[in-house]
Amino acid sequence: MAIEVRIPTILRTHTGGNKTVEGSGATLGTLVDDLETKHPGLKNRLITEEGKLHRFVNVYVNDEDVRFTGALDTQVKDGDSVTILPAVAGG
Amino acid sequence: MSGRVRATTLRGVLRIDRATYDAVVAHARKDHPDEACGVVAGPEGSDRPERFIPMLNAARSPTFYEFDSGDLLRLYRDMDDRGEVPVVIYHSHTATEAFPSRTDVSYASEPEAHYVLVSTRHHGERSGLAGDEVEFRSFRIVDGEVNEEEVEIVESYLFGHTPTTVVYD
Repeated sequence: MAIEVRIPTILRTHTGGNKTVEGSGATLGTLVDDLETKHPGLKNRLITEEGKLHRFVNVYVNDEDVRFTGALDTQVKDGDSVTILPAVAGG
Repeated sequence: MSGRVRATTLRGVLRIDRATYDAVVAHARKDHPDEACGVVAGPEGSDRPERFIPMLNAARSPTFYEFDSGDLLRLYRDMDDRGEVPVVIYHSHTATEAFPSRTDVSYASEPEAHYVLVSTRHHGERSGLAGDEVEFRSFRIVDGEVNEEEVEIVESYLFGHTPTTVVYD
């Protein structure tokens, strides 16, 4: 088993067009590192130079917005489902 | 690195039915002076805005809008289940023109969507008097590049699918 990650349209250029990819890790941060090895460029789209989640993306672990569960330190395990969605926002 | 085709400068067109157009404008009027926002979903690949989905502006602000993160997840899940995409993503500007702001461009992340901007800066009480008007414009925003497109209002989409509401005049 692995962790299923749903990729939004705008990031599918990094996943060969795939809507869903799989990865592993103990936290969201290590999961993103694992995804980066298979889908180079993805990490930059999710995480800032300061090592924080971009303001422009929402990440959910099993439907919980990770902003409320420890951000990149959120624990993940096999069988979890991670969804990435770009924020819909503006001025 | 990216295999994406760059946006061309060809002018596109947003084809939208009258009832949906009116619903977007009504939402913008209702939420004025705060910004209103929402989506019109349609079948993937159809480029047809069919299902009007007004969203809550979680920022409740006259200068910013944002879909609530829980609402956003439910919206995308629901569209996914129905085989839909956000054909139109709309929001209002309540004091400035109906043109994407720098913030709008930095957040824009649906290259396939029509970004509709409605300005209520001159809106009144549907008085019919001069000056009571709402601007409605549509744009593509791809890789930070903004291209305005024409807006064509059709009376209704009656062909090839079953509309949820059909008004026979």
